[in-house]
Amino acid sequence: MEHASFPPLSRVAICGGTHGNEMTGVYIVREMQKKKENAARSFSIIPVLTNPRAVDVCRRYADMDLNRCFTDALLSSPVTNSMPYELRRAQELNTQLGPKGGKEAVDLLVDLHNTTANMGLCLIFYSLDWLTLHILKYIQNKISSVPVRAIQLDIPLSDAYSLEAVGKHGFAIEVGPQPHGVLRADIFNVAKKAVDLTLEFIQEFNAGRRFEGGEVEAYTFVKSIDYPRDSSGEITAAIHPELQDKDFQLLRSGDPLFLSFSGETVKHDGEDLYPFFINECAYYEKKVAFQLALKTTFLLPSVSVEKN
Amino acid sequence: MSEPRSQVSSLLSVCDSTTTSQPDGGGGDVKTQPHLNSEAGNFSTAAPAAFSVSTSPPSTLPGMSFHGITARLSEARRVAIFGGTHGNEMSGVALVNLWIKNSDDIQRRGVDIKPFIANPKAVEKCVRYVETDLNRAFTPENLSASGGDEFPYEVRRAQEINRMFGPKGSPDAYDVIFDLHNTTSNMGCTLILESSKDHFNLQMMNYIKKAISPASCLVLLNEHPLLKYSTCRSVAKHAVGLEVGPQPQGVLRSNIFEAMRVILKHALDFIELFNEGMEFPPCTVEVFRVNERIDYPRDANRNIIAMVHPNLQDCDWEPLNPGDPMFQTFDGKTIPYQGSCTVYPTFINEAAYYEKQQAFVTTRRETLAASSIRKA
Repeated sequence: MEHASFPPLSRVAICGGTHGNEMTGVYIVREMQKKKENAARSFSIIPVLTNPRAVDVCRRYADMDLNRCFTDALLSSPVTNSMPYELRRAQELNTQLGPKGGKEAVDLLVDLHNTTANMGLCLIFYSLDWLTLHILKYIQNKISSVPVRAIQLDIPLSDAYSLEAVGKHGFAIEVGPQPHGVLRADIFNVAKKAVDLTLEFIQEFNAGRRFEGGEVEAYTFVKSIDYPRDSSGEITAAIHPELQDKDFQLLRSGDPLFLSFSGETVKHDGEDLYPFFINECAYYEKKVAFQLALKTTFLLPSVSVEKN
Repeated sequence: MSEPRSQVSSLLSVCDSTTTSQPDGGGGDVKTQPHLNSEAGNFSTAAPAAFSVSTSPPSTLPGMSFHGITARLSEARRVAIFGGTHGNEMSGVALVNLWIKNSDDIQRRGVDIKPFIANPKAVEKCVRYVETDLNRAFTPENLSASGGDEFPYEVRRAQEINRMFGPKGSPDAYDVIFDLHNTTSNMGCTLILESSKDHFNLQMMNYIKKAISPASCLVLLNEHPLLKYSTCRSVAKHAVGLEVGPQPQGVLRSNIFEAMRVILKHALDFIELFNEGMEFPPCTVEVFRVNERIDYPRDANRNIIAMVHPNLQDCDWEPLNPGDPMFQTFDGKTIPYQGSCTVYPTFINEAAYYEKQQAFVTTRRETLAASSIRKA
């Protein structure tokens, strides 16, 4: 494929507060709601605070993780009075911004997240989507203060569980490291820049600009690794100091993974892979110390808007 | 207990030789020596009236007598190490749980050392607190209140801790409590002192600083009459806070865990040496004295409208001069610091302090003198 065209984008959702203690998205969305975009644009922007209850108490979630509620199965589960808050909220968001997989869904859904891991700026997306990869390339060319990377989750749409799967095109912007409950200006500034660049891209795309193709690297999720635990499930080691903060640096067999409380080192025993989400706070309860990925290179076709 | 004035003035002569490293640029609450009134050797608590609350330490600690210029203090026989006072500050939780399972590393001759999870319900949920901040709950009103279930969980817990390790202010209280905390601020290793007159604590902190050198461990003194708060550790005769950061809440970083472990090792070594009769000569300790709390700029609905400026973020303990960038609004404008003199900010952008209306706290540098100490 040498060239791909897409219809113009008319509705773009910018979402934040999907996890109520990931502050960057909360404040970017609040500012967008206050400002009410006046710039002449060829598309409308819908800022959405997706989990207001969690935002109010500055917690990741009230009953269950909202960003795991968007599988086809969960979105179609019957409404009951006792259903978890986030499940109900996911169905509301699916009505407002979707339906997932349907014609009326927003053209692009961007969901803002933070991580305690040293991941810089990442765009996380499901399927190979030339449009989102071009947005990634556009952002990479214009942001040099932090690394900008792509993470791909190779999951069929029906099983895709997070919010960005609701839009026709979608990706999460994950920025770290930032503690949950903290708002760092440097992280806010770079995330805001990424959002602004995304909107700039769409404006130019809709106006007919052709974006040249090229190579783009992405990290494709392979598996998760848990902490060493004792018989009662308590963790017995911390991420090794030599792995801590080394997201996306190649992990080779024999490299240290964990340092136990009694001073022993646990080493990596397996294929060379790229670690990420190293020591993400929210993943302790999901039994994930870090995740591993393969690096893949994609050859992007050029893209432009469909002319009808 | 009264002490002869001549011995008090020799303590003063030890103090007179100290100087602050930072001239007092205004505000007036920097002192060159501990709270000893320098006029005519009049040894009194010499504190502003607002500071005279019943929980303040007496001018002489129970069991303290003077012999020459060496203060003779009681042995520290009962020591506790608190983790999980805030349930999501993971280093202390992990260390205390480790020591509850295997106390080899915290054994010392002649001392009873008890590791203790202060707020188990908060630890279980990995939250700072369940109903109210335990580390603010040890007020005289809370500790003396009678009643039961109508009180918040942490108030009842405070009463229980006061029974187990106190009562606060009494001779039966534990000698030392170490309270282990983490902060999202870039504070490194910080020891928190609640009284500038606690020579035992000052000597301990001096010992720790020297033991870990060239690594550093700074001392934060919170004796401010309005900003001081009723901590968990204040139940003991000697309260020692240990704050290590930066670490996100709910996260366990290996380097932070190990740093805390090392500091505690030296602290317990000090206690063992002291109990065995070692005399610690007079010393000076540089401290950062809490001065003022600075909140985020907020709108009429109390929502924050600016963030800690990138130039200030992570710069705990570095001088903040009038005119230096302090906050940045969401659309990029800089709000400068408008104090009248240079201060040393700390607790910069601590997650737990957004709800306490604190973006950071300013401190003034000061040098305290500790008299020579030896067990009585």
